[in-house]
Amino acid sequence: MTDNTGGAGFSTRFAEDFLPPDEQDTASMRRARSTDTTEGRMFTVTGGDWEDLLADNDFEHDERIIINMGPQHPSTHGVLRLILELEGETVVQARSVIGYLHTGIEKSCEYRTWTQGVTFVTRADYLSPAFNEAAYCMAVEKLLGIEVPARAQVIRVLLMELTRITSHLVAIATGGMELGALTGMTAGFREREEGLHLMEFLTGLRMNMAYIRPGGVTQDLPEGSIDRITGFIKIMEQRLPEYDRLLTGQPIWKARMVGVGLLPLEGCMQLGVTGPILRSAGLPWDLRKTMPYCGYETYDFEVPTLPEGDCYARFLLRLAEMHESLKIMKQCNERLREPGPVMVGDPKIGWPAQLSIGSDGMGNSLEYIRKIMGQSMESLIHHFKLVTEGFHVPPGQAYVGIENPRGELGCHVVSAGGTRPWRVHLRDPGFVNLQAMPAMAEGSMIADVVAAVASIDPVMGGVDR
Amino acid sequence: MTTPSGPGTPPQNSVDTPAETPSGTALHHHPSPPVPTTGVERRGMFGVQGSGDTSGYGLLVTEPYTPAPAERPYGGPGGTGGARDERSAGSDGYGQFDEVADALLAAMHERSIPPLALLQTTVANGEITFYIHRDFLTVMLWAVRDDPSMRFELASSISGVDYGEGVPRRLHVVYELTSMTYRRRIRLEVAVDVDDAHVPSAVAVYPTADWHEREIWDMFGIEFSGHPGLTRILMPDDWLGHPQRKDYPLGGIPVEYKGAEIAAPDQRRSYS
Repeated sequence: MTDNTGGAGFSTRFAEDFLPPDEQDTASMRRARSTDTTEGRMFTVTGGDWEDLLADNDFEHDERIIINMGPQHPSTHGVLRLILELEGETVVQARSVIGYLHTGIEKSCEYRTWTQGVTFVTRADYLSPAFNEAAYCMAVEKLLGIEVPARAQVIRVLLMELTRITSHLVAIATGGMELGALTGMTAGFREREEGLHLMEFLTGLRMNMAYIRPGGVTQDLPEGSIDRITGFIKIMEQRLPEYDRLLTGQPIWKARMVGVGLLPLEGCMQLGVTGPILRSAGLPWDLRKTMPYCGYETYDFEVPTLPEGDCYARFLLRLAEMHESLKIMKQCNERLREPGPVMVGDPKIGWPAQLSIGSDGMGNSLEYIRKIMGQSMESLIHHFKLVTEGFHVPPGQAYVGIENPRGELGCHVVSAGGTRPWRVHLRDPGFVNLQAMPAMAEGSMIADVVAAVASIDPVMGGVDR
Repeated sequence: MTTPSGPGTPPQNSVDTPAETPSGTALHHHPSPPVPTTGVERRGMFGVQGSGDTSGYGLLVTEPYTPAPAERPYGGPGGTGGARDERSAGSDGYGQFDEVADALLAAMHERSIPPLALLQTTVANGEITFYIHRDFLTVMLWAVRDDPSMRFELASSISGVDYGEGVPRRLHVVYELTSMTYRRRIRLEVAVDVDDAHVPSAVAVYPTADWHEREIWDMFGIEFSGHPGLTRILMPDDWLGHPQRKDYPLGGIPVEYKGAEIAAPDQRRSYS
């Protein structure tokens, strides 16, 4: 040990100091040097094995280079890192590196109650929170063996379709930005804002609402919802055609996307790709139609499909799907006129929230407080038990797959019989679809990689969870 | 990371289910039980031990759960619409699950897969689960994918589950398969011991399994033999341990809020 009272009195003796002088240089370049400071030991890392890599390649006469794109690159659609091997400007090999946004959502769920799990999963794919919540809650309800009230189903469908619109708008907006169509971005985010305003009005929060709960939804929609929804649909019906005028026929937009990022049906099937990418390859596979849930079989809507299998087809499909979602929202709006419960009647499962706006903001309504504090000991016990302990879920496992804007969002939950999930797994479509990036991008230009990734529309929060 | 060295984990050659299990789940006398218990035995009611509890609740013991083998008819949705529950099963109780199970048995016969490969069939929560012997997983996957009467073309999801220390063959790999032709789902499940956490890779059958298996390796430390490049995917390359194992700590620090200290999430009282 060196005497570190002098602060700078450190010594650096490394193994390479004993090497022959001509080898010392290269070895010491790679060495991480450490110095003891008052804050503890600090390392200075240099070089790595880049020297070896460079020595292996005759770069002066070789066009082949490996470049690293991301994770903090504005065109990689989030914290996605691409490793591209290039020959000139042609991508020979492409690999994606993920995990930069891994937050341990699945593990964290195992340490909270079943209800609190909603708060975690909603943050996975942060552009389509309603879907994460719905898939998780449907899986929990499957284990509980309960049926959600009809009105809650309608509200879920409404929120999911609203989320589909906002998510597709971001896909088009950020995809446009990555391709240089900045007006597409400002337009997309402008319309998305309308959607988020509506979401805030309906659920209280713009994103990550935790509004869908096992057994139904937290509370009924506020008064005036139907008018607000109608207003939103009216605005969107005016604005969506603008995207056609702005982008659909635009020569530059088409030049960047037509025939780019091709993935034919065989590739999609092999790689497990679902969602707009699969439908852009000609297979009308949409879980809302093929394996209906939440009463989707009773709504009238189409599943747009195109045969081209390129980025442009995916763009057109997203645009068409927004129109279909508006159609579904209209039908939801009609059904919302019928009042009804929004949470299962079982007081051992249904979250005991009867919220209202008081002078200090939203909270449990005064009548409810009066009931549990003054009139019914049973209600107080139920409230206390549910809020602190949560409900027990019978042991077993369940899987639910729903159609989120990117494809099949699956939720596999395992219960050991307790008040906490034993295991929660989200099968995020972005995670699976991103595997198709090399198939879409290899052999094309770097600029086409950007278009391909944008057309996959991975949301890294969901990919990395 | 470490192998459990508790009393309940000798090499499992005997039937592991406690003799007092009253459920009568008809465990065959295989060298090892067809399907190990999944889940843990729980004691007490409020997650409190040694508190001088005189209520008697502390003596409650909840048996660990073992998936029960299903009996014919398995039922399942009858129509092609994929309705969720038994409400649409045929009047004789014969439904989609029986069709799938029959097709699977026929395909196994056709491909000379021994009956031992299918350890157990369980129907629960409107889903059918086939517990598969690890050695036959790949041939079974080929069978369910390619057999014209099954055609499970899409591996929707592959996930790992760790049933925790003390549970024999605690690591499970769960395959959620979807048939786009027949619009059905099934689940295949494989259980392995933590000391011998090897499962054959499904990448050759379903290329989409690539990242799923990398994630399971990363999170649970199950090795998929035959995988083209089994590296970590979510955690950094040099990470130690497998974070979603039950013996891997969640981490976290206590937080002070309005003068009171709130414990880290994994240190808080658990009610189950």
